[in-house]
Amino acid sequence: MYKITRSPWVMHYDGSSCNGCDIEVLACLTPVYDAERFGIINTGDPMQADILLITGSINTQNAPVVKQIYSQMSDPKVVVAVGVCACTGGVFKDCYNILGGADQVIPVDVYVPGCAARPQAIIDGIVKGIGVFQERLEKLENGTLKQEEKEDTEEKKEED
Amino acid sequence: MAKRSVIPYGPQHPVLPEPIHLDLVLEDEKVVEAIPSIGFIHRGLEKLTEKRDFNQMAYVAERICGICSFGHGYGYCETVEHIMGIEVPARANYLRTIWFELSRLHSHLLWAGLMADAFGFENLFYQCWRVREKVLDCIELTTGGRVIFSVNKVGGVIKDITPEMQKAILDTMDYVEKETKILKKTFMNDYSVQSRMKGVGVLTKEQAHALGCAGPFARASGIATDMRMRGYAAYGELDMEPIISNDGDCYGRCEVRIGEIFQSIDLIRQAIGKIPEGEIAAVVKGNPDGEYFMRIEQPRGEADYYVRGNGTPNLDRMRVRTPTFANLAGLCETLKGADYADIGILVVTIDPCISCTER
Repeated sequence: MYKITRSPWVMHYDGSSCNGCDIEVLACLTPVYDAERFGIINTGDPMQADILLITGSINTQNAPVVKQIYSQMSDPKVVVAVGVCACTGGVFKDCYNILGGADQVIPVDVYVPGCAARPQAIIDGIVKGIGVFQERLEKLENGTLKQEEKEDTEEKKEED
Repeated sequence: MAKRSVIPYGPQHPVLPEPIHLDLVLEDEKVVEAIPSIGFIHRGLEKLTEKRDFNQMAYVAERICGICSFGHGYGYCETVEHIMGIEVPARANYLRTIWFELSRLHSHLLWAGLMADAFGFENLFYQCWRVREKVLDCIELTTGGRVIFSVNKVGGVIKDITPEMQKAILDTMDYVEKETKILKKTFMNDYSVQSRMKGVGVLTKEQAHALGCAGPFARASGIATDMRMRGYAAYGELDMEPIISNDGDCYGRCEVRIGEIFQSIDLIRQAIGKIPEGEIAAVVKGNPDGEYFMRIEQPRGEADYYVRGNGTPNLDRMRVRTPTFANLAGLCETLKGADYADIGILVVTIDPCISCTER
């Protein structure tokens, strides 16, 4: 058993956000906030990513894209919803094309509120995400992660 | 004829901060045709006029886009003010001009960084964003927000810039000017930067005119179009000339945008020097009844606003045409015949703002 305390690789996908949170995610990685000092690297490849940062709400066209990116990430994986749109739909909740927050299509672990979310909050969200990642890793090694996922899907089916 | 292949580009791509999908038809390494498909960020916020009243819509309009947020809020408020016949106080107009130029400054520095990232110059990317943070500090000092300002309302602005803040802004402008001169040297004179930008994606003046391009993209092709010359807000009282370049390639676009950074710094200094004392907002009574159309210059080019009211708090229609929508046709033209490796640069070079375009 090994312990992960830092250096997660994050991947960023813009759902249907207004860009405000996207540029704040990028601002986290550049000087002043400099998340790279914690080893946080922004990668464009879902297969190498540990944490998915999703900004903006889900609409009918990007729902399959978000699902596909999530399914391409290898286990264990963590999803951080950045900004109030990714949490609930935010100011666009009542728009006709918006299904809701990111949790409508994929399981979300950490919610970072704010419009736009500040870089400090985003870095805090990623650090909380590392804690979730560590739990998942332990479960993966015990062989209980897959089981848990099955229970989750069964529960959802019952709800439906 | 060489074998043709179709390569999907996006919506998730390392170069793109925003999702846009292009189907690229390639012959060997050359692009023959690019077919864009959009709709990944479509929210349908224009329809929100049915559920939000015209005062609340000012905040929704600001969230059309997070980078040109102030411009959208301003464009919407100004349009409604014209319908209702509200005289905005002179000080509010100057404050709006200062904030508008600050947002242009941060947008252009952001673009310069993304451009450097697109051609693989990570160090330059970080340097541009380091300078940009100083501009954001100014914005945070005066409005309280970093990217979404929320200072516009129908009738004026909700916050004032005190003399201490004005001094802080002027100090920051000195710093940004000094640092941007160093960045300019790298962008304009560096051999490897030039080899990626010179002669890439040429759009002639005739093509740019025929395709209806806007903003720095059109100005780089030699068309002197700048809506600020129309003199809205306080621009009529400030000295400015549109910055143009005749190259029409990526280098020219870079030259125009860097020139505009210095122009914005100059405009902010002029506006702070001339700012009058007085009220910052006019009293708003009644509901908008009638229609108005106006054009303003966003960091990315000309944006058009149309609002129609019917005498109730809820507007009949609100319509926005954004600069990236006008520039997409020009982008598809420049992509034809480009190398596959230059696609990232060419897409970034129009400074795409997809969330504006799709709303």
